[in-house]
Amino acid sequence: MAEVLVVVDSTGGEPKKVSLELLTLARNLGSPSAVVFGPADSLVAKLGEYGAEKVYVADSADVTDFLVAPKATVLASLVGQVQPAAVLIASTQEGKEIAGRLAVKLDNGLLVEAVDVAADGTATQVAFAGGTIVKSKVTKGIPLVAVRPNSVTPAPAPANPSVEAVTVAIEEKDKLAKVVERVAEKKGSRPELTEASIVVSGGRGVGNADNFKLVEEFADLVGGAVGASRAAVDAGFYPHQFQVGQTGKTVSPQLYVALGISGAIQHRAGMQTSKTIVAVNKDNEAPIFELADFGVVGDLFKVVPQALDEIRKRK
Amino acid sequence: MKIVVLVKQVPDSGAERSLRADDNTVDRATANNVINEMDEYAIEEALRLKEAHGGEVVILTMGPDKATDSIRKALSMGPDAAVHVVDDALHGSCAIATSKVLAAALAQQNADLIIAGAESTDGRVQVLPHMLAERLGIAALTGARKLTVDGSTLTVERQTDEGYEVVTASTPAVVSVWDTINDPRYPSFKGIMAAKKKPVQTLSLADLGVAASEVGLDGATSAVLEHGKRPPRTGGNTVEDSGDGGVKLVEFLATEKFV
Ligand SMILES: Cc1cc2nc3c(=O)[nH]c(=O)nc-3n(C[C@H](O)[C@H](O)[C@H](O)COP(=O)(O)OP(=O)(O)OC[C@H]3O[C@@H](n4cnc5c(N)ncnc54)[C@H](O)[C@@H]3O)c2cc1C
Ligand SMILES: Nc1ncnc2c1ncn2[C@@H]1O[C@H](COP(=O)(O)O)[C@@H](O)[C@H]1O
Repeated sequence: MAEVLVVVDSTGGEPKKVSLELLTLARNLGSPSAVVFGPADSLVAKLGEYGAEKVYVADSADVTDFLVAPKATVLASLVGQVQPAAVLIASTQEGKEIAGRLAVKLDNGLLVEAVDVAADGTATQVAFAGGTIVKSKVTKGIPLVAVRPNSVTPAPAPANPSVEAVTVAIEEKDKLAKVVERVAEKKGSRPELTEASIVVSGGRGVGNADNFKLVEEFADLVGGAVGASRAAVDAGFYPHQFQVGQTGKTVSPQLYVALGISGAIQHRAGMQTSKTIVAVNKDNEAPIFELADFGVVGDLFKVVPQALDEIRKRK
Repeated sequence: MKIVVLVKQVPDSGAERSLRADDNTVDRATANNVINEMDEYAIEEALRLKEAHGGEVVILTMGPDKATDSIRKALSMGPDAAVHVVDDALHGSCAIATSKVLAAALAQQNADLIIAGAESTDGRVQVLPHMLAERLGIAALTGARKLTVDGSTLTVERQTDEGYEVVTASTPAVVSVWDTINDPRYPSFKGIMAAKKKPVQTLSLADLGVAASEVGLDGATSAVLEHGKRPPRTGGNTVEDSGDGGVKLVEFLATEKFV
């Protein structure tokens, strides 16, 4: 069975959930081979648990100290060597950028923002604020597909991967953008927004930055991540990296809680594919209610504290 | 410093958008077409750099005839001139072909800096800046929420999921920006009047030495097989809060096993 290259993303020495999702998907297309940039020791066991038959490791300062370009060069070389059936990567900023460079190098088609990939490489994509569903195919080269986090449920399929170091000469032209510092901005112990299975978001209706504590409290009680609408971010209630929507993050959790959010089309663009949506809004005509599986028309400052008490009671 | 800003015309993201039934491409004919919002931040950043360091700002757009409206609007913010790549053969081009065409147009410009939006709202592809850098053999500093220029040294704060990265490069380079980088100015009346007289050069594929067979639907490297509207969500239940809204919410969450 031909190999399928799966580009691994990791954080704190663990593969991100999206990488396990990609391995799960890859099994439909061939034999999954994980590709790790940077140290892989702490990742191999988990990647094997989710079906990686092989782990390619490109761990050198030339690859990790520069932005994107060296990673695409390593992948291009691997594709030449392995002749994979497909390449799967996360549809995140960096994932799409790596894929973009790889596509140019190989003169190969590229599909991004996929939510599924069939055995024949056909991808399902969600377009235009989640309102349109598209099936598409790479027509030149192999399926090179960037898949959104939270699109499939990761399923274990234990394998015992062989680990292979990859050394590819990185030329000067790939070392033009140097990463001099990586800064983590604290978000407590909450899960990553795009990977979380529950997201609790606040909008302009939350009123001010201080009140966002209520949103955080809700998120922490249910083990979720915090999100915000653009109006809330623009008003300075919450930092931009938590913005959900057209110009922010796309999330697809099991549960999305919208508090004081009207549900403008650009906000829906980032959360419409959530499995279950609940909303609290005092305006019964707010468009968010068109999406909500359960909505409460009321003042969030009354409804949310009561809900939090009720959750605590049930714990 | 010569700065080229990449500006794309897209269907308004606040209105209903669709794909055409005949050839599965974005329906631009019936859409309300506007400047890709993120590109306004790119224009603003270029204008601020020109104000601080001197030089010239040129808009580059690949798009149909209609894109002229967006080009004039972009010019009304203050740039000096524009280049419009327009050719019927471009209809239906994929990102890879678009990057080929824009790279050919950029090769004629000799810019010190190319600024783009981080992504366009129609495709959300987010790949053009790196594709261009790959083709031109220059640096790409993407996803910037802050850009500092010191002589030929560029430093950006690149937004990431975890926080940010500080990335540096020398000119020439491509930089792409998020909407956190600045607040774009509104065109003044004077700016709108001045824009009408600013030079807009139109280029065809032949002018760029790109073959028609490499672009458009024929040259596309991927194809849309089918598309349809996502069925509207149904079966939702909305209740008025009459003092027990919070409890009802949690009851729902409990039946769905979230609490
Ligand atoms: C190109 C473009 C891109 C955009 N990208 C994004 C994006 O990425 N993400 C995004 O979110 N938006 C985006 N927007 C903005 C979007 O159009 C809306 O303006 C924004 O989503 C509104 O945020 P909101 O719902 O918090 O605010 P509002 O629309 O002001 O809604 C606030 C809601 O809170 C309710 N409310 C007020 N007080 C209370 C209370 N005490 N209790 C209960 N409810 C209350 C109100 O009834 C109202 O419905 C974009 C816009 C453009 C033009
Ligand atoms: N046809 C185009 N003409 C000019 N600039 C473009 C075009 N397509 C994309 N761009 C630029 O590339 C950025 C990223 O686009 P995309 O990769 O399509 O998400 C946009 O914000 C624009 O600055």
